[in-house]
Amino acid sequence: MNKIERINDFVIRFCNVNGSGSASANNLFAKAVFRLGVPVSPKNIFPSNIQGLPTWYEVRVNEEGFLGRRGGIDITVAVNRQTLFGDYQDVLPGGYFIYDSTKPLPENFRRDDISEIGIPLTTLCNEAFSNPKLRQLLKNIIYVGVLSFLLDIDLSILTGSIQKQFKKKPKLAEPNIKALEIGFSYTRDHYPDTCKISVRKSDKLTNEIMMDGNSAFALGAVYAGATVTGWYPITPSTSIIEAFEKYTNTYRIEEDTGKKKVAIIQAEDELAAIGIVIGGSWNGARAFTATSGPGISLMSELLGLAYFAEIPAVLVDVQRTGPSTGMPTRTQQSDLLACAYASHGDTKNILLFPCDPRECFELGADAFDLAERLQTPVIVMSDLDLGMNDHVSAPMQWESGRKYDRGKVLSADDLENLKEKWGRYLDVDGDGICYRTVPGSHPTKGAYFTRGTSHNQYAAYTEESSEYEANMKRLLVKWQTARTLMPSPRIKIRDPEYTIGLIFYGTSTHAAYESISRFSRDGLEINSLRVRAFPFQDEVIEFINQHKILFVIEQNRDGQLRTLLINECEIDPARLQSILNIDGLPIAASFITDAIHGSNLTTIPESLQKQNKTGGKQ
Amino acid sequence: MSHAHPNFRHPKQPENDAGYTRRDYEGAISTLCAGCGHDSTTNAIIQACFELNVEPHRVVKISGIGCSSKTPAYFLSRSHGFNSVHGRMPSIATGANMANRDLLYIGISGDGDTASIGMGQFAHALRRNLNLNYICMNNGCYGLTKGQDSATADRGSASKKGIPNPYESIDLCELAIELGASYVARGFSGDKKQLVPLLKGAMAHNGLAFIDVISPCVTFNNTASSTKSYHYVREHIETTNTFDFVPLQQEILTHYDEGTSQEVTMHDGSIIHLHKVDSSKDLTSRQKAVNNLEKEKEKGRFLTGLLYVNPQIEETHDLINSTLYPLNTLTEEDLCPGSEILDRINSALR
Repeated sequence: MNKIERINDFVIRFCNVNGSGSASANNLFAKAVFRLGVPVSPKNIFPSNIQGLPTWYEVRVNEEGFLGRRGGIDITVAVNRQTLFGDYQDVLPGGYFIYDSTKPLPENFRRDDISEIGIPLTTLCNEAFSNPKLRQLLKNIIYVGVLSFLLDIDLSILTGSIQKQFKKKPKLAEPNIKALEIGFSYTRDHYPDTCKISVRKSDKLTNEIMMDGNSAFALGAVYAGATVTGWYPITPSTSIIEAFEKYTNTYRIEEDTGKKKVAIIQAEDELAAIGIVIGGSWNGARAFTATSGPGISLMSELLGLAYFAEIPAVLVDVQRTGPSTGMPTRTQQSDLLACAYASHGDTKNILLFPCDPRECFELGADAFDLAERLQTPVIVMSDLDLGMNDHVSAPMQWESGRKYDRGKVLSADDLENLKEKWGRYLDVDGDGICYRTVPGSHPTKGAYFTRGTSHNQYAAYTEESSEYEANMKRLLVKWQTARTLMPSPRIKIRDPEYTIGLIFYGTSTHAAYESISRFSRDGLEINSLRVRAFPFQDEVIEFINQHKILFVIEQNRDGQLRTLLINECEIDPARLQSILNIDGLPIAASFITDAIHGSNLTTIPESLQKQNKTGGKQ
Repeated sequence: MSHAHPNFRHPKQPENDAGYTRRDYEGAISTLCAGCGHDSTTNAIIQACFELNVEPHRVVKISGIGCSSKTPAYFLSRSHGFNSVHGRMPSIATGANMANRDLLYIGISGDGDTASIGMGQFAHALRRNLNLNYICMNNGCYGLTKGQDSATADRGSASKKGIPNPYESIDLCELAIELGASYVARGFSGDKKQLVPLLKGAMAHNGLAFIDVISPCVTFNNTASSTKSYHYVREHIETTNTFDFVPLQQEILTHYDEGTSQEVTMHDGSIIHLHKVDSSKDLTSRQKAVNNLEKEKEKGRFLTGLLYVNPQIEETHDLINSTLYPLNTLTEEDLCPGSEILDRINSALR
C-alpha cells in the first residue's frame, strides 16, 4: 500500500452524530491548525435536524492557501455507526480510517488500500470519566488527542486552546486536557509510525483571522450604526442576529443606565421583519434584517414599497438550497434573480457579493451607507457556506474616524433655510436622488405623506400618467447613479491575449482562484472577474467584451448571474458558458477545472489545448 | 389628486394652550364617499389632538390599505404620514417607534386590514404592547373593492349585495384584551362626544391603545339588513361608561360618587374618570372586560366606551430595555466601537 504522505496538505473528515457535542472538538482541531499558521478551512455539512442524524465536518489543510472545497478524503474520523460503511468507502486509497474500536468493524469492511486505526474511544472514555453527560463530549476530545499524535501537532497547542476556552471555568478545562492526553498516549503506544500525513508550523498565516461570515456581518452592522433590527428565525441567517445581540450587549450599553442603544425585535414573520426595517429607516434610524430565500419571497411586497417610496433598507440574504424549503442546511447561490428583481412591477434592487468574512464586515457596513445614499433596499448576498462556516480571512478594517454617509436628509436648519419649494420626489441634483426628511424635524416644513401609490414630485397622490412615468424614469436615473457607487469588481488579467475569462462571485471565489492556479501551473493563463455588486459597472461589460471565451461560475441550476449579465448588459447569450454546481455543497476547484476541460474546448486555440493535455488534470 | 382646504377662515379662531388653532390639525379634503363614517372619525382625531395641545409635527400617522387607510391624508397635514401596504401598518409602526420613541404614533387601519390580512401583525403589536394608538375604522366590509363582507361582519348581516354573511364575526376588542393591549375601547363614528375622550385617553396612554370605531360604510353596508349601519348601531348601542379625561396639571373640579366611578391614572399623570352605569364593571380586569362584552353581545347589543385599561403593563421599549434617547438621534460617537476595538476583536480571532 502506498500511504498518502504529505505535509500541510490534506483533507480530514469527521463523521459524527449531530447533537453529540462534536462541534467544539472538531473546532478545536481546526483552530489548532490555524494557530500553527497553516491555512485551513473547515466546512460543516449538517442535516436539518437537532439531534440524532449524521453530520460531517470536513477540514481542508493547504499550505498554498487554497481554501475552497477540494473533494476526496485523506483521513476519516468515523464515530457515527449509522454512516460507518459509506464513510469507510469514501477514504481515498492510501488514506487513513480512524474509528471507535470498542466494537470491531463488521466483516464486510475489507479494504487493504487504507490504514485502519482502531481506537477504543468509548472504553477509554468510560474508564476515565464517570459523569455520563461529560462522557459523550469528552469522547470527542479523545479523538482530537489521537490526531495530535498522528499528525505531529504539539499537544500544548491544543491544551492552550482549551485553557483559553475555559478561562473562566478552569475546572472544566481539566477533564478536557485529560481526554486529550488519553487519546495521545494510547495512539503513541499502539500506532507509532502509522500516519504519514503531518501538520507543521508554518509562517503562511501571520495577520489572518478565523471567523464565520455571519458574525462578521453582524459586527459590520454594529460598526455601521444599525440600531433597529426586525428579524425572524431562519437557517442559515439566525446566527447573524445572535451575534449582533452579543456584540451590542458589549458595545451598545449606556454606561450610566445600563440601557441598550439598539432595538432588536423578533418579529412574527418575515413580512413584519422587513416592515420593521422600513419603518425604522423611514424614521431616520439605520435598520436591517437577516434572512434566507424563503424570507426574501415573503418580503417581496414590502421590498417593492421600499423601492417605490424610496426608503433605505439593508438586508442580508444568507442563501441556502432552494426552491421552497429545499435543503435548508446546504449552501447555494440561488436567490440572485429573486433578490435583484424582488417585488411586482418594475423593480430592481442593489446586491452586494462578499466572498469572505472581511468582506461580510466591510460590504455589510457599506450597505448602510449605500442604502441611505440611494434611498433604496440593498441586499447583501451571503450564503450558508460563508455565513456559518469558519473562514481564514484578512482582518476586518475600519478607518479611524470614518463618518456615516446618511445621504440626502434635510435637517431642521436645512428646512428652516429652504429657499425653493421642497419636493420629496423632486430631483434637484439630476442624479435621480431626492431629499428626504425625518418625522418630527421641523414644526411647519418638511412633512409629507409617504405612499406606495403613485405620487408626484411633491409626494401627492397622482394618477396622472405623465407624472407616474416621469417618476419611474427618474428611478432609472437613480439606478445609473447607483452603478457609479457600487464597490468595484476585482479583475485579474494574467493573459494579455484575453483568451479565457472566468466570472464568479461570493463563495465560488476560492475554488475559482485555485482552478486558475492549476491551469497556470499547466501553462494556461486565465483571466478573472469577481463580481462584487449589482448593478454592474462598465468594467464588467468591458471585461466580457475583451474576452474570446467566457465562463460564469455559479452555485445554482439556472445560471442566475449569467441571466442578469445577459439581461442588464445586453450580452449575446452564446458568449457566456455556465459552470454550475448545485449539489448543496460548496463548489470545489476540481469541479471547475473538470468543467473547463470538458467544455467545448475546440474554441480554445490548439496550442493551448495541447498544453492542457500534457499538463494533466488536477 | 389630493386637495387642500380653502384658506378662508374665521380670523379669530380659538387657539389651544400650545398656540395652535383647530385648522393646524386638519389635512387635505377627503375623497371618501359623502357621509362616510371615517370622515367623522377623522374629525374626532383632529379634535382630540387639538384639545390635548399636541404639536402636529410630533405626530406620526401610519396606515395600511383600504378606505380607512386613506384617512391619514385627511388630518394633521403637518405630520409625517405613511400609507404602507395591506395589513402591515403595525410592523411599519413598530420600526418607526423603535427609531424614535418620543413621537406620538397614530396607526390607522380597517377591518379588512386588521381582522384578515393583517391579523398576525395586529396580534403581535398588541402582544408587544407597542406604544401606538391603533385605530380600526370598522365597517364590516371591504369598501375599496366594492362591498365584500369582512371578517368583522356579523353572522346573518347582509350588505348591499343582500346575501347574509354565513360566518362568525371576529370581535377585535375581545382579541385585543386577550392578546395584551393595555387600553381597549370601542366607539361609534356617529358619537363624537364619546369618541373624542376615548381618543384623548388613548393618546395619553403609554402602550398599545386599541380603539375599534364602528364606522358605517354608506355606500355598501348601510342597508336595513346590516348590523353595521348607522340605524342599527344607534338602535343597539350600549355604553359601559361615560368618560372624563383630565390631562396632567389640570384641576379636577367635579365630584365623583364612590362606587359609580373608577379613576385610572395614566402613565403621564393624566387621569381618566369613568362614570359607570353598572358599578360591578371593573375595567382593569381582563376577564371581567371580556365577560362584559360577551354579556351585551348575547343581548344583541354593542358595548361601547372604554372596555379595558391597565397602565401598568410595560411598553415595548421598556420590555427591551432600550435607551431613553431616540435611536435615530445617535451618532458615530454613540454607536461605533472604533478601530482600536476592532484591532482587539481581530486579535481575539487569531
